[in-house]
Amino acid sequence: MNATDTLVEVLRSEGLRVLATLARTVGDLAVAEDALSEATITALDTWPRTGIPDNPRAWLTVVARRKAVDLLRRESARSAKETAAFRWGTGAAPDQIEEAIEAMEPETSLRDDMLRLIFTCCHPALGREAQVALSLRTLARLEVPAIARAFLVTETTMAKRLVRVRSKIATARIPYAIPPDTELPGRLAAVLAVVYLIATEAHAPTGGDAVARVDLEAEAIRLARLLAGLMPDEPETLSLLALLLLTSARTSARTDADGDPVTLADQDRTRWNRAAIAEGSTWLSEAVDRSGGVAGSYQIQAHLAAAHSTAPSWQETDWERIVGLYDLLGSITANPVVALNRAVAVTERDGPEAGLAALRTITGLEYSHLWHAALADNLRRLGHTSAAAGELHTAVTLAPNQAEQRLLQDRLRAVRSELR
Amino acid sequence: MTQYVALLYYDRNQYWDSPPEAEFASEYTEFARRATEAGVMRGGEALHPVVMATTITVSGGKGGGILLVDGPYAEAKEVLGGYFLLEAADLDEAIAWAAQNPGAWRGKIELRPIAPIHA
Repeated sequence: MNATDTLVEVLRSEGLRVLATLARTVGDLAVAEDALSEATITALDTWPRTGIPDNPRAWLTVVARRKAVDLLRRESARSAKETAAFRWGTGAAPDQIEEAIEAMEPETSLRDDMLRLIFTCCHPALGREAQVALSLRTLARLEVPAIARAFLVTETTMAKRLVRVRSKIATARIPYAIPPDTELPGRLAAVLAVVYLIATEAHAPTGGDAVARVDLEAEAIRLARLLAGLMPDEPETLSLLALLLLTSARTSARTDADGDPVTLADQDRTRWNRAAIAEGSTWLSEAVDRSGGVAGSYQIQAHLAAAHSTAPSWQETDWERIVGLYDLLGSITANPVVALNRAVAVTERDGPEAGLAALRTITGLEYSHLWHAALADNLRRLGHTSAAAGELHTAVTLAPNQAEQRLLQDRLRAVRSELR
Repeated sequence: MTQYVALLYYDRNQYWDSPPEAEFASEYTEFARRATEAGVMRGGEALHPVVMATTITVSGGKGGGILLVDGPYAEAKEVLGGYFLLEAADLDEAIAWAAQNPGAWRGKIELRPIAPIHA
């Protein structure tokens, strides 16, 4: 890591902590965000000359507080009473570190503040799109242009979305609070869903300038790590981290030299990231230990990812176990995509006849290229080459992007050559 | 404290005063009593059906002609059937109360923060 990277990393991780406490004390997330942004700019201006302070959090806290006081004063619409409610005075100079450390929140209350921030960003009164945008900005501390690029929208669109979300939080008074125990399971599920969505967005077809694209997968893992650290007793939190690590281990093998997708069956397994697989497996067993025998959806998905990641080859995969895990997953979430993946595993376990039968019971995937491609695979293995070509032709027309289209075109060509 | 208006929407064909719905009237009264006692509910009423509605527009700006349309502003499957005002510490508290109003399961409730107009 070079000096700039270190600086940016410190600003991101400490910035989040400073923001979490500032948002509670200021009582306004937007003001806290703006104050921290200004403090960050000051740090970027100062630190390269002075070096990163010994206690960067204290430094940022002091500067951000002072900025927040300025911002609150400038807001003429704000009543004097509200400004007075802000707990700190004008704040110290950034070099008065001792005072800042004294004023800094103890570790436990910081943890609560971070949880408050997370649950606010993923409050169910905010739409999923809003939750994702806010989480990337506020929790992952990504800049607006980076988020805009990641979601292929213009900066203006993303900036407007964030303004709208923050003003809803302030106007509708979405509380800055940790949900009560009775609501926690549902609220935690929403938080995990946001992180999961960020990770799956990373797998979505890329567009635009690939080099400039933010690594959403890495951001999702970063957020999952944060959650696992804050809520180590929640098994699904640990399972999500395990799942993301195990899945990310295969990322580099998922495309070939030309950037075309490579299916799991054909991937070069020596290119899988063994360290990520090992770490994911460790988190998974931790999650299993804490789940008391009741596996949640992320845990099952992590087991599935682990079963693939630890198999020496596609042929030597434990298909019995994989079908069993999909059965379990299907019993929690009735989802045609789960049924499709299960059917693919059934083909490997019991042969194409059984796989085809399983695929034909699935409804709702008539427009999925994956379903048609799976049908084609079984038909081809059964010698119904012409029918297989027909299904592949449909799959090609339904493919969501050109890379997938090319992959299916190649398969179609291969099947057609068998026809001659 | 923040004030919210809770707008109660019902299916047009299952309006609050239609016969099968009328028997639930006491549930609404019961809610109003509890929420008022708790100091959360600051008034509210049911609305007569949309066939009783008159929609008004003044054409050509202030002082222009008054245009009337017999019926609601928008023809929709779901119609506004009532409202109540809530005063709560935050959105979570307002949601918790609104979710106890029968309108939330007989129809839908839209919660909107009020922007006070100071005369």
